[in-house]
Amino acid sequence: MGDVLIMNEIDATANRLGIDLLQVDLDSIQLPPGEDFGIISDDEDVYEDDDQEVESGFGNIIVVDNLPVVPKEKFEKLEGVIRKIYSQIGVIKEDGLWMPVDPETQKSLGYCFIEYNTPQEAELAKEKTNGYKLDRAHIFAVNMFDDFNKFMKVPDEWAPPEHKPYTPGENLQKWLTDEKARDQFVIRSGTDTEVLWNDARHLKPEPVYKRSYWTESFVQWSPLGTYLATVHRQGAAVWGGANTFNRLMRYAHPQVKLIDFSPGEKYLVTYSSHEPSNPRDANRVVINIFDVRTGKVMRDFKGSADEFAVGGTGGVAGVSWPVFRWGGGKDKYFAKLGKNMISVYETESFTLIDKKSLKVENVMDFSWSPTDPIISLFVPELGGGNQPARVSLVQIPSKEELRQKNLFSVSDCKMYWQSSGDYLAVKVDRYTKTKKSTYTGFELFRIKERDIPIEVLELDNKNDKIIAFAWEPKGHRFAVIHGDSPRPDISFYSMRTAQHAGRVSKLTTLKGKQANALFWSPSGRFIVLAGLKGFNGQLEFYNVDELETMATAEHFMATDVEWDPTGRYVATAVTSVHEMENGFNIWSFNGKLLYRTLKDHFFQFLWRPRPPSFLTPEKEEEIAKNLKKYSKKYEAEDQDVSMQLSEQEREKRRSLKNEWEKKISEWKRLHEEEKMERQMLRDGEASDEEEEYEAKEVEVEEVLDVTEEVEE
Amino acid sequence: MRPILMKGHERPLTYLKYNKDGDLLFSCAKDHTPTVWFADNGERLGTYRGHNGAVWCCDVSRDSMTLITGSADQTAKLWNVETGAQLFTFNFDSPARSVDFAVGDKLAVITTDPFMELNSAIHVKRIAGDPADQSGESVLILKGPQGRINRAVWGPLNRTIISAGEDAIVRIWDTETGKLLKESDKETGHKKTITSLAKAADGSHFLTGSLDKSAKLWDARTLELIKTYVTERPVNAVTMSPLLDHVVLGGGQDASAVTTTDHRAGKFEAKFFDKILQEEIGGVKGHFGPINALAFNPDGKRYGFLLLQINVS
Repeated sequence: MGDVLIMNEIDATANRLGIDLLQVDLDSIQLPPGEDFGIISDDEDVYEDDDQEVESGFGNIIVVDNLPVVPKEKFEKLEGVIRKIYSQIGVIKEDGLWMPVDPETQKSLGYCFIEYNTPQEAELAKEKTNGYKLDRAHIFAVNMFDDFNKFMKVPDEWAPPEHKPYTPGENLQKWLTDEKARDQFVIRSGTDTEVLWNDARHLKPEPVYKRSYWTESFVQWSPLGTYLATVHRQGAAVWGGANTFNRLMRYAHPQVKLIDFSPGEKYLVTYSSHEPSNPRDANRVVINIFDVRTGKVMRDFKGSADEFAVGGTGGVAGVSWPVFRWGGGKDKYFAKLGKNMISVYETESFTLIDKKSLKVENVMDFSWSPTDPIISLFVPELGGGNQPARVSLVQIPSKEELRQKNLFSVSDCKMYWQSSGDYLAVKVDRYTKTKKSTYTGFELFRIKERDIPIEVLELDNKNDKIIAFAWEPKGHRFAVIHGDSPRPDISFYSMRTAQHAGRVSKLTTLKGKQANALFWSPSGRFIVLAGLKGFNGQLEFYNVDELETMATAEHFMATDVEWDPTGRYVATAVTSVHEMENGFNIWSFNGKLLYRTLKDHFFQFLWRPRPPSFLTPEKEEEIAKNLKKYSKKYEAEDQDVSMQLSEQEREKRRSLKNEWEKKISEWKRLHEEEKMERQMLRDGEASDEEEEYEAKEVEVEEVLDVTEEVEE
Repeated sequence: MRPILMKGHERPLTYLKYNKDGDLLFSCAKDHTPTVWFADNGERLGTYRGHNGAVWCCDVSRDSMTLITGSADQTAKLWNVETGAQLFTFNFDSPARSVDFAVGDKLAVITTDPFMELNSAIHVKRIAGDPADQSGESVLILKGPQGRINRAVWGPLNRTIISAGEDAIVRIWDTETGKLLKESDKETGHKKTITSLAKAADGSHFLTGSLDKSAKLWDARTLELIKTYVTERPVNAVTMSPLLDHVVLGGGQDASAVTTTDHRAGKFEAKFFDKILQEEIGGVKGHFGPINALAFNPDGKRYGFLLLQINVS
């Protein structure tokens, strides 16, 4: 539709301007729909967005075409009609309506100019009345006056588009081919942002790329690690490359505050919130979804902040980020919580599935299965308990309910998906009979089993508060911190054991731990039990297979714990929420401190994610079985490096010592040279008994006298 | 090593000084009375009464006969170490921050703080052999550095004066002409206020501690930067072992910045560094306030090698 209209307008304009459209190859002109026709050059350094309004002084003038051609007598009547239509939209300036007259025929030319007070009104008028049917024969074609200049610039002669030879892009995944199989991370401290290799063998990071003022607020890796995103006043940008970090694409979004990648990093969602012109209104929210590779806006959402702030169990006003949650695998769907509904969009067309949102009365929260197109949602109790709370699993796109569980006396629910989508744990807080306090239980869904069986788990002491819950990635186990804060307990459960395949069973409980956060290794099996904040950075490295502690350590005041994507190393960091001790430590998976780096004003530490492995589970198992064979090579390398390191270290020490010796002997020489002078300064007192390099037993009579007095 | 606790000051300590023989320890504090102690058992020997403000610094003559103190009461005083008698008072128009006897004890350098419209200054005074002949006249006055000059000491053979302070720059001045000979480089030098300065026993090199969380070792003749020791806390006090290649840094944040009750949060440890390798080799814990003053016994062999004092503020 839009395209056709524009063509009409151009037709009309061309006619009027005396351009023979037949000579112009219209197919060669590609006008992005809804775009202005100024072609933005790729290598412009400044985003052009803000310039649009001030480009020329005629932004508030529109041209209305396809008016009836009338003789002079009817001018007033027509003007009256037009004025009536257009003053509904905005304030037309005084003398702001002008209908030119053909000097020969004394008739109107079939078009007029209208000048509004503001460009916004003009823009709105164009949008609203373009295609307005005055009568059968007169369908308005409305354009911005400024656009005519652009139409005029269309060249008369068609020039064949330049043929650009194909240039292969850089290998954006090159960091994965590192010979030493190292991982990268990005840190941000002060004004610097730095990407480094974690060179655990050499016990220090190796710089990759560093830049000051790289981002204006934060950086973020894309979920597969291909891109590093930076955030600026004008929009977001992504960086990457084979050997360094080049800017790959920019996404214009003024005042962008938050960004989020789709899990397959095909799309980038950007968010900004703007102060309303009327202080009583809610903030205006703008959300854009970009195609990461082309930089095109696939869909934008605009509205008041209220529309985007519904739901969330906290019930706090404000947007819970990400607004859009991705699911269904391969970046297929994204969904947003709304009032009494969940809006699910699909990325093929960027429209709602079946053009309808999923209606769920009072829905509070939802979350996607990490792997399958299944949504779990939570609806709280209604009607003072007449209608129980419920948790449902809904299949997308069919919107069919797969499973539902009603829950009574519920105060709150939290849903935790296991990373391969095998299990869903729902933490249910229920009121006690008196309604004065709550207690907690778990509903465990086995998604991949027939009919999705649900099991109820209550802790040994069901009054225990739950402090943290975490599934083992790709595994069947989960860990819970429960109990009272100073020394809570930590329990491990498994969804299947050798004895009980289909039942959850407790593995162990660790009593009285100083921990309040759980960090599973991404490959499972190991977990860091961390006491952050109030616990001052206590760390316990725990092996869940053997149910034994590998190491306990402390990173004083640590605020963040992050496993590297391979599960070989753990980074702990003290970020600038504390004034002191800022920096990060790198640990081996079993809790050995490898190195530490101090950085003032430390803001972020992020491991570069890795894409999932292409190996089949069978192959992985085979490798795990024959690990000895594979690891030999690396062990040898490790040893070489460590030998080399200690050799280097010795060499360094030797040279430092030599240098120092040289200095000392030079000083000694000078000291000796100055001896006579010094002696003179001291009235001839032999100055050699003064402090010397070698410690001498200095005997001064006076001193001994003093000592004797003490002994008396 | 068993620590000796010396109790006697009512306000935070500001400075410590051993006499040359290492048997006496002089301590200055924000209370008004410098105190002398027996270094080997911590017994208080006496106090020097007469100042009317915090005492910032002191030095003792080579023969342990004369003590010089600089105080916030805008005076520097000479004392008879043995009797505690005041020998002479140098009057200034602003607080005296640091004092140092020259080789031969015939000259002393005294720095004064900026005060009202007054700029900071370095004064050189002649010290008379007989207190009766003592004059208050300055032989030389050096001006120029911005802000407080926290320390000024004599260079080799009294030919130079080395100064350091709030402007983070170390300067070497010619004592003959009063000219500025050398300045530390802004790039490689300290980035924040230099709080302390300690000379090596032979005066060939010196160590500076700064709020930029580092200490630096310099050649006293050439002002060549030799070593840098990086720590996690602002450095308030520094000293070097006369025997071993160790340097000790003391620090912690300002009392006003102590927000947590955990003693570790303040990092009140004294940190030992290898002087040559610039690596941290250890720490001494057990202080409940930032360390403001540190001094090594010149002959540390006999009774440990270090005495720490703390600032409970």
